Amino acid sequence: MQVFEIVASYYNYAITIFLMLSGLYIVIAHGNLVKKLIGLALFQTAVYLLYISSAKIIGGSAPIIDERFAVYSNPLPHVLILTAIVVGVGTLALGLALVIRIHEAYGTIEEDEILKDMDKSEYCGRKVEGHQ
Amino acid sequence: MSAIEEGFVLKEHLPALIVVVPMVVAAAVAMTRNNRVAWAASTIVTWALFVFSAMLLAEVTNVGEISYSLGGWPPPYGIEYRVDIVNALILMLVSGIGAVVMPYALRAVDKDIHAGMHPWFYCTYLLCLCGLLGMTVTGDAFNIFVFMEISSLATYVLIALGRRREALLSAYQYLVMGTIGATLYVIGVGLLYIVTGSLNLSDIAGRLGPAMSDHSRSVMAGIAFIFTGLSLKLALFPLHFWLPNAYAFAPSFATIFLAATATKVAIYVFLRLYFSVFGAAISFSQFPVVEVILVLSLAAIFTASFLAIYEDSIVRMLAYSSVAQIGYITLGVAIANKAGLTGSIVHLVNHGLMKALLFAAVGAIIFRVGTDKLSKISGLGFKMPVTTAAFVVGGLSIIGVPSTVGFVSKWYLGVGAVNAGLWPVTLAIMVSSLLAVLYIGRVIEVVYFNPVCERCVKVKEPPLSMLAPIILLAIATVYFGLDTSFTGDIAIKAAEQLLEGLKQ
Repeated sequence: MQVFEIVASYYNYAITIFLMLSGLYIVIAHGNLVKKLIGLALFQTAVYLLYISSAKIIGGSAPIIDERFAVYSNPLPHVLILTAIVVGVGTLALGLALVIRIHEAYGTIEEDEILKDMDKSEYCGRKVEGHQ
Repeated sequence: MSAIEEGFVLKEHLPALIVVVPMVVAAAVAMTRNNRVAWAASTIVTWALFVFSAMLLAEVTNVGEISYSLGGWPPPYGIEYRVDIVNALILMLVSGIGAVVMPYALRAVDKDIHAGMHPWFYCTYLLCLCGLLGMTVTGDAFNIFVFMEISSLATYVLIALGRRREALLSAYQYLVMGTIGATLYVIGVGLLYIVTGSLNLSDIAGRLGPAMSDHSRSVMAGIAFIFTGLSLKLALFPLHFWLPNAYAFAPSFATIFLAATATKVAIYVFLRLYFSVFGAAISFSQFPVVEVILVLSLAAIFTASFLAIYEDSIVRMLAYSSVAQIGYITLGVAIANKAGLTGSIVHLVNHGLMKALLFAAVGAIIFRVGTDKLSKISGLGFKMPVTTAAFVVGGLSIIGVPSTVGFVSKWYLGVGAVNAGLWPVTLAIMVSSLLAVLYIGRVIEVVYFNPVCERCVKVKEPPLSMLAPIILLAIATVYFGLDTSFTGDIAIKAAEQLLEGLKQ
């Protein structure tokens, strides 16, 4: 019974952690630059959930003082996450714009093909520090 | 009478103006179509910001801490901008470098950026400056995240504007790393908000003690997230991989500005949180925080210095040197006594100065010769005597030769390590200086003691607009090395103030 209670009251945090880790995994594991950005967006979205689930009270209303309501949700994290969503959209837009430019410059958006293309240049990839 | 009253009002709102002015002007600059107008507007704004910072520093030293409630909402409910001696000094550094390098931009940006894009370039530059100043001035944990993202997004654009196509990939990789760092930071802030119920830094500091006894695991997890995120931003070894590529392929003007300011502001936030906010919580925890920082700092100093020695590109060499110098700054955090922390803060400012100087000198070399490869600039010391001499001054400062700023910081760090009983660390500081002798010495050998190469025969000094900032930075490097009454005294006061956080 106790286990059920713990699962029931904390499942949203479990989902948050799952989304966070899968986002981070996609960023690290995928070589496709667009897929990396999808992972990044997932990672950021998980944070929205972390903030919101800590602030939302089931049955709580918006913080407008009225005799009909007794329970209020905390508005501050909701507002913070509005800002964070804007930041996330900005980051994703800039990232996609960069991917378009990378595609124009290299003709591919696969990281290993780009790095192969640059073997002779002085660019250090993430694998090695590139020193002969 | 009314003029005096207006003066008063202006002074009162300085903490907000230092952020609002560049933000508004950035939008205005983006709307102009004239390159020279955009440049002139940015120059005026950056110098105005420098004056604002100087006024804030004067106010802080004469009167004391400034607390500014944004929109009139009193802290801890509203966002508080808080200026004390520590961040007033950082404001001076950021706005000072931002202003001094503006004449340099006139010709450097002409060469690096497509003619139609200049207003956009200056717009992103001002936004970056705005974000960095905002991170420094604010006393609100979430506000730091917002400004961090403003400056970071602007930084990605600045880097992507480099002429070569590698710039795009560098910017992309920095975007991924930087966003992960900022998101980790915001996760940490969220966890701390859940246990303390506050976002105001000094308020969090007060509430952490009680929170520690009930929820010590959440607090430590939050702190761990915040520090990992910030370490990515400040390029603490081994999270520095984005830095060399970003610096190497960005337009030279952007490299100068970012190398001198961006990582420094991240380090400031690290210092502020470590000492003023989490100080008590960390000293009660059973985690080896200090030991981890100490090991990472020493690893940064040695690994990055070795990498710098084998680098043919001077820009890339200086980028690795930056990673090593960041190691010195965090070393002072680990030492955590008055002399050590003073060394950290002095080095924060001094490293900003000398890296701006070095990158500006190399930028001038690239401007004239078209390359920064060590193998292609032999004998340049006789063709560009002033630029190379300025480079040597900056290089000596990196090594830590007496009468340059680099010596002052290493002196404080060494003394701090001795006072803390860490003799091996003092020894490590000296040995690592020898590594700096090697990589700087290589450049000096090539430019002065090798025959003039074909490529360099017709090269002459860069235009005066580029040379003047270089000379000014070189003079500052020597002046603050001889007369430490300004930077040294402020840094000592700043260190005392930060260390008080540990005693609570």
